[in-house]
Amino acid sequence: MRAAVVTFPGSNCDRDLAVAMERVFGRPVRRLWHGETELPADLDLVGLPGGFTYGDYLRPGAIAARSPIVREIVRFARRGGLVLGICNGFQILTEAGLLPGALVRNRRLLFVCRSVRLRVETTDSPFTRAFPQGAEITVPVAHHDGNYLADAGTLARLEDEGRIAFRYLDNPNGSARDIAGILGEGRNVLGMMPHPERVCDPRLGGTDGVPLFRSLLEAVAGGGS
Amino acid sequence: MRARVEIRFRPGVLDPEAAAIARALGHLGFAGVRGVRRAKVLEIDLATEDADAARAEVERMCEVLLANPVIETYRIELLDRG
Amino acid sequence: MSEITPETVAAHGLTPEEHARIRAILGREPNLVELGIFSVMWSEHCSYKSSKVHLRRLPTEAPWVVCGPGENAGVVDIGEGLVAVFKMESHNHPSFIEPYQGAATGVGGILRDVFTMGARPVALLDALRFGDPAHPRTRHLLAGVVAGIGGYGNCVGVPTVGGETTFHRRYDGNILVNAMCVGIARRDRVFYARAAGVGNPVVYVGAKTGRDGIHGATMASAEFSEDAEAKRPTVQVGDPFTEKLLIEACLELMAQDCIVAIQDMGAAGLTSSSFEMAARGGTGIELDLDRVPLREEGMSPYEILLSESQERMLMVLREGREAEARRIFAKWELDFAVIGRVTDTGRLVVRHGGTVVADVPVAAVAEAAPVYDRPCTPPPRPVPVVCHDAAVPVTPEEALLGLVGAPDLASRRWIFQQYDWQVMADTVLGPGMADAAVVRVHGTDRALALTTDCTPRYCEADPFEGGKQAVAEAFRNLCAVGARPLAVTDCLNFGNPERPRIMGQFAAAVDGMAEACRALDFPVVSGNVSFYNETDGRAIPPTPQVGGLGLLEEVDRATGLAFDRPDLLLVLVGLGHGWLSCSLFLREILGREEGAPPPVDLALERRHGTFVREQIAKGRVRACHDLSDGGLAVALAEMCLASGIGARLVIPDGVPGRFGWLFGEDQGRYLLAVTPEDAPLLLAEARAAGVVARTVARTGGDALILGDGPPISLDELRARHEGFFARLMDE
Repeated sequence: MRAAVVTFPGSNCDRDLAVAMERVFGRPVRRLWHGETELPADLDLVGLPGGFTYGDYLRPGAIAARSPIVREIVRFARRGGLVLGICNGFQILTEAGLLPGALVRNRRLLFVCRSVRLRVETTDSPFTRAFPQGAEITVPVAHHDGNYLADAGTLARLEDEGRIAFRYLDNPNGSARDIAGILGEGRNVLGMMPHPERVCDPRLGGTDGVPLFRSLLEAVAGGGS
Repeated sequence: MRARVEIRFRPGVLDPEAAAIARALGHLGFAGVRGVRRAKVLEIDLATEDADAARAEVERMCEVLLANPVIETYRIELLDRG
Repeated sequence: MSEITPETVAAHGLTPEEHARIRAILGREPNLVELGIFSVMWSEHCSYKSSKVHLRRLPTEAPWVVCGPGENAGVVDIGEGLVAVFKMESHNHPSFIEPYQGAATGVGGILRDVFTMGARPVALLDALRFGDPAHPRTRHLLAGVVAGIGGYGNCVGVPTVGGETTFHRRYDGNILVNAMCVGIARRDRVFYARAAGVGNPVVYVGAKTGRDGIHGATMASAEFSEDAEAKRPTVQVGDPFTEKLLIEACLELMAQDCIVAIQDMGAAGLTSSSFEMAARGGTGIELDLDRVPLREEGMSPYEILLSESQERMLMVLREGREAEARRIFAKWELDFAVIGRVTDTGRLVVRHGGTVVADVPVAAVAEAAPVYDRPCTPPPRPVPVVCHDAAVPVTPEEALLGLVGAPDLASRRWIFQQYDWQVMADTVLGPGMADAAVVRVHGTDRALALTTDCTPRYCEADPFEGGKQAVAEAFRNLCAVGARPLAVTDCLNFGNPERPRIMGQFAAAVDGMAEACRALDFPVVSGNVSFYNETDGRAIPPTPQVGGLGLLEEVDRATGLAFDRPDLLLVLVGLGHGWLSCSLFLREILGREEGAPPPVDLALERRHGTFVREQIAKGRVRACHDLSDGGLAVALAEMCLASGIGARLVIPDGVPGRFGWLFGEDQGRYLLAVTPEDAPLLLAEARAAGVVARTVARTGGDALILGDGPPISLDELRARHEGFFARLMDE
């Protein structure tokens, strides 16, 4: 598994994501700077971490989505490369057009940091194949703008194509259809608001995030889902 | 010249902040408030004095960065240099 | 430049005597810029002129203290070549004026105090005091302060892991926002604010300078303005994004060998930062204000020197390393400007537009700074009030439900859910989970335990005992999670020091703290004093806020409130005498605010803390909680709520008063959950150590039962506990 995590100005879960990946993958994760104009040639997975890139100014993820490296990530994804966007990373992926819809202010307007229950809605993806079908997991959220919104046609298509990866069992932000995470058309891009990297270490209160990273390891080892 | 860009949610997109403002106005006794809509306004100073060029330039800015077409619409107004 | 009149002097908060002293130092009349410099350097905030004589009584040393008060933050050794760097600071007045920005910039400032020293900030805590929940402004202030703390801390990506929030009408006009930050650095890479090396460049980095918060001449400076339109915002606006970049850029630069000295531009901005660096280093500094990055046009030297724009730092670099440093700051898209040099003149010389606008001897300003031993009226020592069971019109169950739903004890979930307390992925015990927050030291098996404590009603009744108690409670909270208490930071919030009654409170609280710190080997390594917290002559209760830091050598031993199973025994450590005087029970249930607070026996405190810590280290303690507000019954209720498991409390025969036994606030006590197999060993070791301990309850079921009273279901308990904030903040 050759994985990398991108740091943008204002990313703040970059280290957390790299640590969790290294823990599960058992090998070092490369760190990339947002200004880089090329991705390493042999990469399997790129992670876009949580944080407040550019202070969430204009719209969360909007400015980061226009940085040089994101153009490369879009190309990488179109070639079938694996892309995982968590929290602000998910916001960047929607702003970059790699995932449909948008993430707007939480319904109750307040930042929310707490553990939420999620249901794994599909195991047919390189991100979720190691979960048991229909698994329910507990993963923390920590965001101000996690309210997923898309037009009716997009929502219907996400449902029909089985691209809703995770759904909230106790929706913390008002997301349409309780959506917590979605897959791109090729199923090789995942965006999710909850933070699986925060539940990969039993000392921090849980390991429900581990199967996500194990799924990726299996997918890469086995050559696709 | 200066351009004024107003960016607002598309009709139908729920804006909880605007809804909260409307509710707060109601609590303060403004019974006649039927709705509140929010917009953000950007004023951009441009080097060009050519109105058509300016509009085209700002149009592109909106498409590339300033507005997210999934949720937002925008309106551009050109102002004389303030 | 305008003439210096008595009015100008007064508008700068300087007395005629202080003005005379300035003339003596300079050998001439100061100009306006210089007057502004003296005004901030001799302000209470920068000079500690009213508190200095008292603060000297606080113990500041221990073998593990690397750096005590006087630098940007305190530094203590935490093993493995690492140090913890920490400090607490007040942002009271700005938060009352504009709660969001006031609190946010408070967090920003305290973060800078810590990373200035080369430490990566790893945790934030906030001690908040608000007015009566029913006061019309309270809700607005609470919402704004909490959002501001979250808005800043969440964005910079430093977890807000703990703190405290209480309410009292005496804070109606003066809320308190005390923010604490803790960072971790390599012991051999701590940076100080001592200018050195004649010719070394003085460098400005971070955000640009605007007219934010220019406080000198407090707005009398309108008359100095060329442009009548230029309204000076007094509220600084925080930019956590820039702060995040500043943290990363500074830490990146600190990993190189470029920096000689570094200091954040906090209150009084460029003036105090350059002055303090020069004063500590015994050097001079020359500044050229034309090179300062400005956000607004037409700023005067006075404004540039006194601006309190946020997210700025001043540093002295090694000569010849500017290019390297500039490259790092360019990478992070931050301003970088060489604005001066270190000199050997011992003077701060400031140029603007090619002319010298200020020329002041550095050492003289520091040495000649006024120090006041202000008159003190010693506070009266109150007597305890007695409360007989017969005088209580409610049942113990009703009293407990009332207390767990009271503003000062209700669940703080509404607050801490707005804080990202997990970012950095090292928070082992977060808000509401334990007596102290526990944060793993990244990459090690060690952890820091962190707490903030003060009980203002005790301090109001008896500042000496209250000061002692604040320190003892911090000590206790650290022991309760299994940590060895190392050191204290403080934030001493009081009224107007020119009033002997207030100064008497201050002196007594400091004495109480000093006695406790000495007895507990718990020195003060950093802190801050905030006076003048009063409106229309009505002062806040004395609030000597303490921030405690402790160390766990094995993170896996960190102990929280939650029992992990039924059929555990709860052992009460410490002896209760049913002390209801000055208790929360007396205030909330009987509406009486009176009497002496419970005294703290420091020898007992130390013995009990050591015992609890040892039992935790032996792995015998499954959950632990200290007894504080609301006594035994509330402590047990909180443990049940944290676990979702009930308990039955046995009230021993012959207890003189049931209410005193259940709700008394005798100090130095803990409740430990142990297995029935481990309990005899623990009790035997307690006896051997001279520690009073007895089994008082057993876990199990889904209700809390007090003696032979009716069960209180956990659902009902939870509904009461969660109800207060839900009612206050939701519409």
